[in-house]
Amino acid sequence: MYRYIIKRVLLAIATVFIIAAITFFTMNAIPGGPFASEKAPSPEVQRVLEERYNLDKPVGEQFIIYIKNFLHGDLGVSLKTGRSISTVIGESFPVSAKLGGMAALVATICGLVLGSIAALKRNTIIDRLIVFVTTLFTAVPSFVLATILLYVFCIALQWVPVFSADETHYTLPVIALALYPMAYITRLTKTSMLDALGQDYVRTANAKGVAGWKIIFKHALRNAVIPVITYVGPMLAYILTGSLVVENIFTIGGLGSKFVSSITNRDYTMIMGTTLFLAIIMVTMNLITDIVYSIIDPRIKLD
Amino acid sequence: MAEQMEKNSLKKNVLSAQIDLSKFNFDESSFEKATEEEKRQQDVMSESTTFFKDGMKKLMRNPLAVASIIVLVLILGVIIVAPHVVPYSYSQIISVNGKRDKTAKNLKPFEYSENELKYMEEGGKVFPHIMGTDSQCRDYFIRVVYGTRVSLSVGLFASILVLIIGLLYGSISGYLGGKVDLIMMRVVDIIYSLPDMLVIILLSVVLNETLKPLLEGTILQKLGVNMISLFIVYGLLYWVGMARLVRGQILTIKNNEYVLAAKATGAKGGRIIMKHIIPNCISVIIISTALQIPSAIFTESYLSFIGLGVQAPMPSLGSLANTAREGLQSYPYKLIFPAVVICLIVLSLNLLGDGLRDAFDPKLKK
Repeated sequence: MYRYIIKRVLLAIATVFIIAAITFFTMNAIPGGPFASEKAPSPEVQRVLEERYNLDKPVGEQFIIYIKNFLHGDLGVSLKTGRSISTVIGESFPVSAKLGGMAALVATICGLVLGSIAALKRNTIIDRLIVFVTTLFTAVPSFVLATILLYVFCIALQWVPVFSADETHYTLPVIALALYPMAYITRLTKTSMLDALGQDYVRTANAKGVAGWKIIFKHALRNAVIPVITYVGPMLAYILTGSLVVENIFTIGGLGSKFVSSITNRDYTMIMGTTLFLAIIMVTMNLITDIVYSIIDPRIKLD
Repeated sequence: MAEQMEKNSLKKNVLSAQIDLSKFNFDESSFEKATEEEKRQQDVMSESTTFFKDGMKKLMRNPLAVASIIVLVLILGVIIVAPHVVPYSYSQIISVNGKRDKTAKNLKPFEYSENELKYMEEGGKVFPHIMGTDSQCRDYFIRVVYGTRVSLSVGLFASILVLIIGLLYGSISGYLGGKVDLIMMRVVDIIYSLPDMLVIILLSVVLNETLKPLLEGTILQKLGVNMISLFIVYGLLYWVGMARLVRGQILTIKNNEYVLAAKATGAKGGRIIMKHIIPNCISVIIISTALQIPSAIFTESYLSFIGLGVQAPMPSLGSLANTAREGLQSYPYKLIFPAVVICLIVLSLNLLGDGLRDAFDPKLKK
């Protein structure tokens, strides 16, 4: 057990290090350097700038400095605004985390409920309807869904203002982010629920005369939830990447919109810092999921 | 008598367990002629079927799969035929009578511009704008058609790339086994845990800058640096899932009894691979390739949406949806068309993939 956890932690650290190396060396490969813009500064200014950002040192040394700073939580400064990237992330990440967390919660709860209903009412019209709707939702990219929601509810029906910097209007972005993972969780829950309902222990409980709801909650659902836990990691990754565009569409000032605008502005240090930060979040989430999974289900044999 | 004995004795080896017929006395009366009804039992009721035929029959009985095939064939037909029928091109500003028509801006579906109406009154013929025009006076229908072409071919080629790399890597790893397998699979583990979308965005940004001068003046330039980087990224990252699948398949099949039996009867390695391993895993591999296409289309449209996709003026479904956002208030149909096409393609490919799995996966047979 401990060996497994240690192995997973080491793999996660290696992954983060590799991502840091990829970001550093790919960004370094861009020709021209960060100061070769339209308004090229004079050679003296350029030298001072290069000295300040350690760009005059050899690449290897630059990488070591970069890793050292990174370990101290310093991700450098934005090339366009000159602000510290850590500060920008610190300001905007809570907004994204709130949005993503709400979406994840909605997706999981609705997915579990719908999946269980579909399994319990198998082959009825309700089951067919749920399967149809979830199949449909897995084919809609989050950015298309977000734009359609924006059109229908903000422009056509005018229920929600278009530019809502206000935090009370998280409903639409949460729906846009949550529908795809919800559909996936519904399908997952349905299969594992059907599997659990066919098990001997459910039949035994039935034979003993245990109440219907008790069988569902205490015996079937508890076992059906386990496969859903494995999906938590991929779901968070989906919501994170999805929120990059969804935040942009709904003009929410989270990390996602900062990231997309830094791509359009070619703000390389900002792209680098944000990628690294998001990657760490994802790797950590996957790590936690894996460990929780191995603790929750003792039937899983770890090598 | 001895001659008769000789004739009836089929036993060649004295120790054989075969029944010695010479010990029984058979004559005409010991046997009864088969009746007509009994003879008919031997008739072949249905034609002998192959694995492929059987699978196709199952697939055709699945209404969802058939519907998705029809939808896909229709879409393919339109994107192949339309550019030959519609007299506009995806980057061309609509011109009436040889003159650029600046009034043909943001037309509604099947609407004509002022100049076109005038020209039609004079007796000229104008091909209708089935989906209207965009803000730069270009026919929107043909742009959606080209966008679909781009998105579909990106999805297809990316999946083939994934298939080739994954198949090679996975089969080498699975077949050799041992230490080679261990090391190759650790590499896969690490790549698997990288957040793919972020790395794609990162590499797209970088490759965009570094590849641009290299592509100057080649055919690839038209496709755009972003698409090349998308393929590179797919080739670098997305094959790991396929490699794992292929390796797993080969490992399980390699240890099956029938492979052991084939080995025991003296079959050579080549025959085992051709006759036993490939037929047993090919359907699983093809199905997961089919399911890879929609995910590649998703990735492509996502990248195009955040501005890292195809090079303008070449459209893709994602970039069309992105540009449609600007005039969403007045021209919502510009979003609806590409969005519906993406959803239809992804939905029908998903359903077809599921149908293929139900029909062709030998492990699902009951």
